[in-house]
Amino acid sequence: MNGVHDMGGQQGMGPVRYEKDEPVFHAGWEGRIYALNRAMRAWRRWSLDTDRHALETMSPLDYLRMSYYERWVHRLEEQLVSYGFVTGDELQSGKPAPGSVRATPVFTLATASRWLNRGIASSHEPAVRPLFKVGQRVRARNINPTGHTRLPRYARGRAGVVMRDHGVYLFPDTNAHFQGEKRQHVYSVRFTARELWGDRASERDSVYIDMWDDYLERL
Amino acid sequence: MGDSNKGAVDRREFLKGIAAGAVTGATQGTVHTQDTQDHDHDHQDVPSDLALRVKALESLLVEKGLVDSAALDGLIDTMEHKVGPRNGARVVARAWVDPAYKKRLLEDAPAAIAELGYSSGQGDHMVVVENGPKVHNLIVCTLCSCYPWPVLGLPPVWYKSAPYRSRAVIDPRGILREFGTTLPDEVEVRVWDSTAELRYLVLPERPSGTERMSEEQLAALVTRDAMVGVAKVTLPPSGGRT
Repeated sequence: MNGVHDMGGQQGMGPVRYEKDEPVFHAGWEGRIYALNRAMRAWRRWSLDTDRHALETMSPLDYLRMSYYERWVHRLEEQLVSYGFVTGDELQSGKPAPGSVRATPVFTLATASRWLNRGIASSHEPAVRPLFKVGQRVRARNINPTGHTRLPRYARGRAGVVMRDHGVYLFPDTNAHFQGEKRQHVYSVRFTARELWGDRASERDSVYIDMWDDYLERL
Repeated sequence: MGDSNKGAVDRREFLKGIAAGAVTGATQGTVHTQDTQDHDHDHQDVPSDLALRVKALESLLVEKGLVDSAALDGLIDTMEHKVGPRNGARVVARAWVDPAYKKRLLEDAPAAIAELGYSSGQGDHMVVVENGPKVHNLIVCTLCSCYPWPVLGLPPVWYKSAPYRSRAVIDPRGILREFGTTLPDEVEVRVWDSTAELRYLVLPERPSGTERMSEEQLAALVTRDAMVGVAKVTLPPSGGRT
């Protein structure tokens, strides 16, 4: 979706604010919500793609106003209710509903290594044929899906060159919406700065963007 | 960041807003999954409210048997104490002193990084890109916050912020200048936008004057910023951010 999260090339966001000796978490709750998000994702009711999309569908005002982990609080509360882990009443009261069945955590210290090392589908899948070759000139499709996509707006319609075939990955546009993994090749595609931003950009510079087969067309 | 424009709201009003949102979610069942959402409740929460809210959430999930507090402690401990830029610095220093390792690192980063005992927690694949006299690499994730966790840990706030995400692709040289890195025109800048499950790490240039340094001493010079590509590795007297 053409959301506010798709920030590449936007202007007016101000200077980068740098914090010297920044801590990993700025407050205890940031660490807790980080860990809660990871532990709940281990239930596999939703994927990383679903999680990313849940942030994208936030109100743009909230997205810009909230801090990073504040968005995670908002997202986890929404996901928990949406996927039936807790009810709105339980969220409100902070207590399990009377008579509700107690689960057993999927993610425990004992099973942590298994979850932490879970791989995505292997990037080596000979059965899935690449549609493009290294060195080939391609164009990023001009598409505007209303769901999740990892094709940034600033690249759409632009021409580039396939520099590297990264292998096979799940397709986020369908996987985020439980519409199948649609495994396909992902490539590193080089776009010159001038192709993306016009003649005033440096003639030497470029942006390398990772692109799924479905994002590309032949030139 | 992001705290400056938060107005303090009355705590009762805030909790009422949360409750209203939650009840709506419960009765309609689908309000949170639709593309267009109704955001009538106020999110201008003050940090103390967020702390309480997360605490209440954790205790609810523990009581329901959905999460295990010790496992949460473990996840946090990993990020605070076991994973971080020191891992990446060791990879870089090894590549500087061992040409065969550097070759492996550039050809198959996940395997070479695993040689030093670091593996991914996200199911992503590492790619290492090398800086040189004529090429400078810069890493960004314009769509969210993708970052090479196994070697750098969690990203700093600036990396996840709108200013960095928006400008890194359109004005990389401007970003670099803000970080004190001015590149001559003849140096080619390559920006890597982490749109898929590949995670990038910059192999910075080894500074001159370090020929006699040990691998350990070299690792101590390598900063997180240099491995993201917003800075170069410098010798201590000339300064450099960590």
